[in-house]
Amino acid sequence: MSENGETAFTAVLETTQEEKLPGGRRRMTLNMGPQHPSTHGVLRILLELDGEIIQKAEPDIGFLHTGIEKQAEALGWQQVVTLTDRMDYLSNLANNLAYVLPVEKLLGLEIPPKAQWLRVMLNELSRINSHVVWLGTHCLDLGAMSMFFYCFREREDILRILEMFSGQRLMTSYIRVGGVALEPPRGWEKVMAKFIREFPAKVDEYESLLNTNPIFVERTKGVGHVGLEKLLDLGVSGPMIRAAGLPWDIRKSEPYSSYEKFDFDIPCYPESDVYARYRVRMEEMRQSARIIEQCMAGMPEGDWKADASKVVLPDREKMKTQMEALIYHFKIVTEGFRVPAGEAYVPVESPRGEIGFHVVSDGTSKPYRVFMRTPSFGNLQCLSDLFVGRLISDSIAGLGSMDFVLGDVDR
Amino acid sequence: MNFYIISLVKAGITAGVLLTFCAYLVWIERKVLAHIQLRPGPYRVGPHGLLQPLSDLIKLMTKEGVIPANVHTFFYLFAPFLAVALALISIVVIPFGPEFSILGVTTGLGLTDLNIGILLVLAVSSLGVYAIALGGWASNSKYSLMGGLRSAAQMISYELPMALAIVSPLLLLNTLNFREMVVGQEGFALGFIPRWTIFAAPVPQVFSFIIFMIAVFAETNRVPFDLPEAETELVAGFHTEYSSLMFAAFFTAEYANIITVCCVATALFLGGWQPLWPAAYGSNFVPPLIIGLAGLMLLYHGSQALKSRRWDRFSFPAIGVIFLGLAGLFFVPVLQPVLIPFFWFASKLLVLIFVFIWVRGTLPRFRYDQLMKFAWTFLFPAALINLLITGLVVALTSQ
Repeated sequence: MSENGETAFTAVLETTQEEKLPGGRRRMTLNMGPQHPSTHGVLRILLELDGEIIQKAEPDIGFLHTGIEKQAEALGWQQVVTLTDRMDYLSNLANNLAYVLPVEKLLGLEIPPKAQWLRVMLNELSRINSHVVWLGTHCLDLGAMSMFFYCFREREDILRILEMFSGQRLMTSYIRVGGVALEPPRGWEKVMAKFIREFPAKVDEYESLLNTNPIFVERTKGVGHVGLEKLLDLGVSGPMIRAAGLPWDIRKSEPYSSYEKFDFDIPCYPESDVYARYRVRMEEMRQSARIIEQCMAGMPEGDWKADASKVVLPDREKMKTQMEALIYHFKIVTEGFRVPAGEAYVPVESPRGEIGFHVVSDGTSKPYRVFMRTPSFGNLQCLSDLFVGRLISDSIAGLGSMDFVLGDVDR
Repeated sequence: MNFYIISLVKAGITAGVLLTFCAYLVWIERKVLAHIQLRPGPYRVGPHGLLQPLSDLIKLMTKEGVIPANVHTFFYLFAPFLAVALALISIVVIPFGPEFSILGVTTGLGLTDLNIGILLVLAVSSLGVYAIALGGWASNSKYSLMGGLRSAAQMISYELPMALAIVSPLLLLNTLNFREMVVGQEGFALGFIPRWTIFAAPVPQVFSFIIFMIAVFAETNRVPFDLPEAETELVAGFHTEYSSLMFAAFFTAEYANIITVCCVATALFLGGWQPLWPAAYGSNFVPPLIIGLAGLMLLYHGSQALKSRRWDRFSFPAIGVIFLGLAGLFFVPVLQPVLIPFFWFASKLLVLIFVFIWVRGTLPRFRYDQLMKFAWTFLFPAALINLLITGLVVALTSQ
C-alpha cells in the first residue's frame, strides 16, 4: 500500500482504520471510481471494507460539474432549453418540459392541445429510452452482456424517431417555451406506430430472459433494501419510491401538460429491493407505450405553438409579408422575450423521479436564477444505506438500480 | 533416439497448433458473441477480421510492460509465467486420435501416453489458482488483491465437485490413461448408440458431465463464474495492473485452459475421437461433406461479394479452395486413419467451446457467496449421489 495513496484517502474520508476488528484484522479503504466501469460516469465512492463487506460508503460527486445552473443566468429564456438537454442526457425531453412549464406559468401562456399532446408523447418516448438504457447497463453490471446490445437496438429506434422530430438524436431541445420547436415531420405516425406495435413484445422478451433466470433473480431479490421512511426522508423519488410501495407519481398527483387526460397505471411493488425496481421500470415502459398509443389515437388538430407573438417566433411566411411579425421576429432573435417578475416551480415526473426548475425572473430577458431540483441527486442520497453491510457485488447491483445520471447530479 | 525426435516434433506441432488455436479462439469468441449480440464483430483486419489475432498480438508485444511502483517484482513477473506454463502443461496428456503408423513409425496422436493422465490434469489445474492469487497479491492493487482472493475462494468450492464428477466415469472406464479411456468407449450399443460414457449402458454419466461442465466454467473463470476478473466490480480483477505480454500471458492461459478442459470433457465423456455413428453407415463421409460444403459456400459468397468489400471476391474463393482441398485430403488412404478421428475429436471440442461462448453471451454473473453456496449445497451432493449410484451399479454388474 503506497503512502501517498493512503493519505489521499484519509484526506476525504474520516477513516476508522484505527478501530481494531476482532482477530487483529484491519479495514481496507477502497477508492471506487471515478474511472470505475460501473459507476456510470464519474462518480467516486470511498468504500471501507471488511473483507468484501462494505462498512462505510461515501459518494464524492462533482467530477462532471458543468456549472449549468450558473450558465443559465447568462442566457436568454429560450436558450436555457438547450442547457437542460445536457444535464440528464438520457431524458432530455423531461428536462425541457420541466424548465418550460414554470416559464410558461410566469408568462401566462396558453399552450394549444396539439403541442401538449406532442410533449406528452415524446416525454413518454424518452422515458422508454431512459429505461432501456438503464436496463442494458444494469444487466451489464450484473454480467449479462448481451442485454445491453438488445436494449440499445430499441434505443436506436427511439433515437431515430427523435431525430425525425427534432433533427437531433440526443440533444433534441424539441420542447420550447410556447410549444414545440418544429412541426411534426411528415410520416411520423407510421414510424411511431411501428415502434409502438413492436415494443411491448420486446419488453416481454427481456422479461422472459431475466425473470426466469435464477442467477439474475438471486442477484437482485432482497438486495439493496432501504425502508420507505428512510427513502422519503432522503428525498428519493421516481421508480425507487414506487418500488418501495408508495404509488407516488407526479403525472397522477399533480398532472401537467394534460396528463390527466390519459389513462395509465402506476406500477408499484412493496419490496424496495433491486428486483422490485427492475419490475417497476419494466412495467413503466409498457405504460409509456400505452400513453403513446393514446396520444397517437387522439392527436388533436391545430397549431403546435402558442398564439403569443411576443414569445413565439412567427412563421416564415408571416415574417416576410407582415411588418409586425418582422418586428417581433427581430426583437425575439436579438433580445429575447421578457418574462414578468416572479418565481415559479412546476414538478415533472422524469424517468428518474421528480425534476423541477425553480425559475426566478426579475422581468428581464434572462432568468435571474434557475434552481434545478434533479432526481438523480436526490436518489444518490440513499447510496450509503444501500451499500453498508453488503458485498461489493451487491453494491454494484444496488448502484445500478438507483439509475442516476452524473450530469444530472452535478449539473 | 527415435523417441526423442518424434517427441520433439510432436511437441513443436502441438505447441504451435495450440497457441494458434488460442489466438483464433479469441476471434471465434468475438465473432460468436457478436452475432449473439446483433453486431458483426471484428471485420476490419483481414477478411472478416481473420487477421485480428495477429494484430492483437503485435499490439500487445509492442506495448510497454509497465511494472507499477511497490509491486513484489519477482512474483509480479512470475505469476503470468506460471499461469501460461500451467495452462500449457495439461495438454500433453490429451490424445487427439488413435495410434497410427507413418513412415514405418507407430505413434499416438498426442504428446504422451501417461498412465496417470487425468491425475496430472487435476493436479495442474489446482496449481493454476496460484498464478491468479500470486498475480493479484503481487501487483499491489486492491482490486487485484480481491480478484486473487475471490479466485482462491472459488477454487475450494469447485474443485471437489469437479473431482467427484470425474471419478464416476472413471469407475466405468477403469483406467486413468486418456488413450485407454477413449479406446474403452469404442463401439456401439444396439449397433447405433455410441458407447460414450455420457450414454454408457448401466449408468449414463449425463449428470456428472453437467456437473463437470459447470465446475470447469468456474475453473476457467468464465461467465457466470468470472468473479476474479468481474469487470464491473473489480475493474479487471487480478490482472488489472498487468500490461503488454504479461497481460497476454494471462489471456493465453485463460484460453488454453478452456481448450484443455474441453479436451478432457471430450475424452472423458464424449468418446474422444470415436464417431457419432458407425463407419458402416457412412460416418466417414461426414467430415469431407461438411468441409466441402463450407468450401462451396465460400465460393458462392465470393461470387456474390458486395461492391464495398472488393477483397471478398478474392479472399473467399481462396479460402474456399483451401477447404475443398482439405475435404479431398479425407479421401487419401494414408491420411484417413489420422484425419477422420481427429475431425471427430476437434468437432466435439468446438461444440463444447461454443457452449462456453454461448453461456457467456447469455448468463449474468454469480455473487461469490452464491457460487460457494451453489457448489457446496447443490453441486457437491449431486456429484456425490451420482458417484454412489454409479459405484453401486458398477459393483453389482461387474461380476
